[in-house]
Amino acid sequence: MSGEGYSTQELMIIAAAREIHDGEVVFVGMRLPIMAFGVARLTHAPNAVGLFECGLARYEPAADMLYTMTDPPNQKGAAWATSLFQVMGLLQGGHVDAGFIGGAEIDRFGNINTSYIGGHTRMKVKLPGSGGAADIAGMAKRLLVIMNHDPHRFVQRVSYVTSPGYLDGGDSRHQAGLDGGGPTAVITDLAILRPHGRDHELHLASIHGGHTVNEVLARTGWDLKIIPGAAQTPLPTAAELAALHRIDRDGFWRNKI
Amino acid sequence: MMDKLSNLPSAIADIVRNEDSVVLGACLEGNIPFCATYELIRQGKRNLTMIAPISDASTDMLIGAGCVAGLTGAWVGNVSGGLGHNYRRAAEKSMPHPIRIHDYSNFTLAAALMAGAYGIPYMPVRSILGSDILASNPEFKQTTNPFTAEHEPVVLVPPLKADVAILPVQRSDRAGNCHLWGSSGVTTEAAIGAARIIVVADEIVEAEIIASDPSRVPFPGWQVSAVCQVPAGCHPSPMAGRWRRDNAFLNDYHLRSREVEGFQAWLKEWVFDVPDHAAYRAKLGERLDALQIKGWAPSAPVNYASE
Repeated sequence: MSGEGYSTQELMIIAAAREIHDGEVVFVGMRLPIMAFGVARLTHAPNAVGLFECGLARYEPAADMLYTMTDPPNQKGAAWATSLFQVMGLLQGGHVDAGFIGGAEIDRFGNINTSYIGGHTRMKVKLPGSGGAADIAGMAKRLLVIMNHDPHRFVQRVSYVTSPGYLDGGDSRHQAGLDGGGPTAVITDLAILRPHGRDHELHLASIHGGHTVNEVLARTGWDLKIIPGAAQTPLPTAAELAALHRIDRDGFWRNKI
Repeated sequence: MMDKLSNLPSAIADIVRNEDSVVLGACLEGNIPFCATYELIRQGKRNLTMIAPISDASTDMLIGAGCVAGLTGAWVGNVSGGLGHNYRRAAEKSMPHPIRIHDYSNFTLAAALMAGAYGIPYMPVRSILGSDILASNPEFKQTTNPFTAEHEPVVLVPPLKADVAILPVQRSDRAGNCHLWGSSGVTTEAAIGAARIIVVADEIVEAEIIASDPSRVPFPGWQVSAVCQVPAGCHPSPMAGRWRRDNAFLNDYHLRSREVEGFQAWLKEWVFDVPDHAAYRAKLGERLDALQIKGWAPSAPVNYASE
């Protein structure tokens, strides 16, 4: 616990929930993002729709604990149960507003590696791969990233781009043929980073309570710049915490550090 | 109609050949026919190319057991634990032997299977532009859209067809006409493109039950080669309306497969020392019973009357 009545993980969930706007269609994935979707639905975004790569769409989050998106509670009462192509095809059709992904490595332009540490020709560690992350990063209108803020994960340049962010910065994403999109928020256990300026380089946008700028800089592997006016991440409101506690009935996320 | 009912060991022996490309489960984390994973390992199949968007730890088990020469997939690991230890050993250290990795994303793999299923020469997609998947998998080609005046890059995905698709369903008749409900992943595309299909049915039912609701049939029954009845054949993965996920089982596998010796001991305990799936279910015992869905939330009937 942070001493403020909420855990770091709960703050991350609530910060992620604020990135979902009402009426939006969002790839929500598992764990923190699915909780964020639930909080958003119960607070400011009652008409948001959650998508799952396996071929599911939901209005309400599942009533019971999920280990994976295909678990029976996620199937029951779904808004749509269909194929992967149909749900991910919504991305390519321009019907998806945002998507959440995580990653092993992220760089200053928001490119994410979940495939090969060291690159594919000089691999040091074989990671599981894209899953649907590359598709979401390439084709959702906004990409939302959730990662722990470790120096070896926040690197100057990823060794393999599984999921494209702003590539080399500037208009290189557009030049590659990706029309729009790209990461708009990177939510970590310390802070929120956002792209800033013409280069779309990730900057420090806000710091979570109890952490310092120096700490964030020390745990970022590039020369992290600060957006003018960067402040503390707004504290969870009573309504946001109440919504989260309604979903997280067993206190799974409350009891995280 | 033709009676295609078989038992799983015979179907695997007769239908899956060394060197085959195999879709083993097509619904991502759910409906993975682990019963067939274990049987492929028991029968010592070799040089398989696994085609899977995810398939959880099933692919990792087959790699560790030495059955796999190639991998065409979007994700290999352990959904509960993260990294796949056998996948890492094979990719990083060529243990037990090297594997060829063909990187895909979920959407491009679905597009490839769709092209394979319907004879589409290639699928143009916008996904993976800007991704190094284009660099590490030379099977993709990048070109420009010939229909737009503006320079518009597109990726061409080649068609993909499996030799064998092994696909769990909730219920099937003896001819391979089946029902699958819940999300279906790439089931339809994988099945239609496959040269041979093995249906792994949780339950065998009369043909009339399947015919009562043709909208729930995921692929053409006449393309099916064999039907095997294996209750809980997807354990430890879940199946809508039938089985919950055995997360503890997959966590245990993740811990024990961290070292080769631990993986070999796991394999002995859960695969080689277990002669068939009935013995596997008996070994799971009450644990399997606890995973069985006992609730009843039926869909409303639909009317197909014609007059």
